[in-house]
Amino acid sequence: MKKALFLGTMTVAGLAAGVAAADTLGDVKARGNLNCGVSTGLAGFSAPDANGEWQGFDVAVCRAVAAAVVGDPAKVKFTPLTAQTRFSALASGEIDVLSRNTTWTFSRDADLGFTFVGVNYYDGQGFMVPKALGVSSAKELSGATVCIQTGTTTELNLADYFRKNNMQYEPVPIESNAEAQQQYLAGACDVYTTDASGLASTRATFANPDDHILLPEIISKEPLGPLVRQGDDKWADIVRWTLNALIAAEEYGITSANIEELAKGTENPEINRVLGKEGDLGAMIGLDAAWAHRAIAANGNYGEIFAATIGESTPIGLARGLNAQWTQGGLQYSPPFR
Amino acid sequence: MSDLHSHNTLAFVRSEMLAEQAPPTSQIGAVRWMRENLFSGWLNSTLTVLSVLFIYLLVTHIGPWFLHAMWNADSLRECRDILAANYGEGATGACFGVIRDRWHQLLFGFYPQDLYWRPVLAMVLMLVALAPVLFSWVPRKMMWFSLIYPGVAFWLLWGGSIWFPVMALAGFVVAAVVYRLVLPVSTLVASIAAGLAPVFWWLFLSGPIARVLTGIVPIGLEPVTSDQFGGFTLSIVIGVSGVAMSLPIGILLALGRQSDMFLVKTICVGFIEFIRGVPLITLLFTASLLLNYFLPPGTNFDIILRVIIMVTLFAAAYQAETIRGGLAALPRGQYEAADALGLDYWRAQRLIIMPQALKISIPGIVGNFIALFKDTTLVVFIGLLDPIGLSNAIRADTDWNGVYWELFLFIGAMFWIVTFSMSRYSQYLERKLRTDHR
Repeated sequence: MKKALFLGTMTVAGLAAGVAAADTLGDVKARGNLNCGVSTGLAGFSAPDANGEWQGFDVAVCRAVAAAVVGDPAKVKFTPLTAQTRFSALASGEIDVLSRNTTWTFSRDADLGFTFVGVNYYDGQGFMVPKALGVSSAKELSGATVCIQTGTTTELNLADYFRKNNMQYEPVPIESNAEAQQQYLAGACDVYTTDASGLASTRATFANPDDHILLPEIISKEPLGPLVRQGDDKWADIVRWTLNALIAAEEYGITSANIEELAKGTENPEINRVLGKEGDLGAMIGLDAAWAHRAIAANGNYGEIFAATIGESTPIGLARGLNAQWTQGGLQYSPPFR
Repeated sequence: MSDLHSHNTLAFVRSEMLAEQAPPTSQIGAVRWMRENLFSGWLNSTLTVLSVLFIYLLVTHIGPWFLHAMWNADSLRECRDILAANYGEGATGACFGVIRDRWHQLLFGFYPQDLYWRPVLAMVLMLVALAPVLFSWVPRKMMWFSLIYPGVAFWLLWGGSIWFPVMALAGFVVAAVVYRLVLPVSTLVASIAAGLAPVFWWLFLSGPIARVLTGIVPIGLEPVTSDQFGGFTLSIVIGVSGVAMSLPIGILLALGRQSDMFLVKTICVGFIEFIRGVPLITLLFTASLLLNYFLPPGTNFDIILRVIIMVTLFAAAYQAETIRGGLAALPRGQYEAADALGLDYWRAQRLIIMPQALKISIPGIVGNFIALFKDTTLVVFIGLLDPIGLSNAIRADTDWNGVYWELFLFIGAMFWIVTFSMSRYSQYLERKLRTDHR
């Protein structure tokens, strides 16, 4: 709490200095590249490949924004940030967008002075146990030893959940996901708990993934999304609608394969508006007409990005679940482009 | 004597020497060595048996893992499949394929691949520059190269116009010239002027002059930005800069702490006690977070430079205390002898006090260097991708998610090579400089 308060104070101080010159769009255009904060390494979401190119689900958002604003998805300077440095890097203006699997919470939005522009992944905290433990529900975990990352919201969620259900547990504090894998496999704890996406990707790396199961209970809401500094609404709109364009593109069936064809004009006025054939949506946010066209062409639509980075065909193997389109029973829902 | 023989009163007299017999097997060779060193008493015998048991367990547990080492696989899954195919289901083995796949990243970070020759050349030249500092048999003339090496290394690593490092180095020439010019006035005034002149030069003159010269003679290398640095290049850049700069600053601080001048003494004591009282990680967070708030928005104060400054200040404070220990160990007579010879303060320090004080402090100084080099891994907490940071990033690649020990073994081995060399050199230096005839 002390730390949050401290960071919050620092952020306010930083904002006071930053608001005066809050023309992020102008800065980015003048600089010619986007400064984007990402995780120092989270499987499927952001990681450098063997050539040093950043890849992943969160990285794709940065590339789409860069394509929309600067015109080239490669014009991004990625700044790897830890959980401790991410907010001050954004508040101080070191980065323009933070796309680092950050949970949208009340205090971060209001107290830290950031604007969450949307949700690119709906996550929730889950449990993984060895099959041999013979447990099929989190309700049966009373008395278990639990591997948990210290200093995260997952720690508080776990305490809340066990207290609510009147159960006891013994925490085994760990520092990183990699350490958690080792501890859990070595049998130092019965249960490993973190975001369900993290559990799935961790399980996929085991030598024998079938010996472990994810329990059905999801005990918290973790809407992860990109965020920007408060006080530059124009810039927030650009990032928000770039994300929405990716989501809408999937809904309307615009893919990286057919985007050039569709951009020539279609019967569907909504597609035409997204791709800049009709109306002047681009001008309303200070960009040209083809901004969304470039953003979608960068890595494909939301569904394509999901499938390529964390979907079921990848080693991470996440199902769409809550992240399916609203038409498919999920929560991904873009407001209309009108 | 002849009597005795002739009368033959004795039953037997040996008339020739017996051949030497081999000592009992319990008193020679391996058996004796083992008796003396391993089984000399019940306590030692127990400890020996336990140690052998421990080594046996270690080898049987880790041995197969090393024997099955797999260098060819391109992903952890492929590596496990090959292991299962070769050694049966459930066999474990080291997947060193990750090292083969990513060694260049662990060494150079995101440095452009076609420019790898630059950090390599900088490293080789560093050894050349170190040689005259480390070994007395190297020609003294080479010291000049050591002096310009920081500029050469900066230019090779970061690229850009050659005139910026040249002008930065020129600051020291300015300092020397100013010192010479002002020396007739007073030693103290000359020292202060020589300290201020280069700062003035760097702040106001070197930049514009370098830009003008770049315009006239554009010699330069392709620039590489700091965010492309990583891996051991980053560790060595931070470590070597910190080591090279912390020693002189530490010497000055140690001298300042012993000074009779109130202001100098207070500043030095305050600095040393403040820096030593704060963990390095706090200083690093200050460098990466707090400075962002205090500097005007849009200032581009290089993050690696900020880290180097903080690491240097941190190491200098410790260095100062180590050297102060050496100074305190010198007999009072040495100071008085220097005074009696009529040497001024700096000459006395340079010719009499420091050579002895530093010799006494060698183990402590090198200990600080080793600690400093290992502490560079703390930059992982501010998001710089040193080898440890890169191991996280590599693990986040879906190909290698789940690899753990292989990366740490490689990183550990690299660090060990550097720190062990430092430790061996310090022992060599101590032997070389030993003047007591023990």
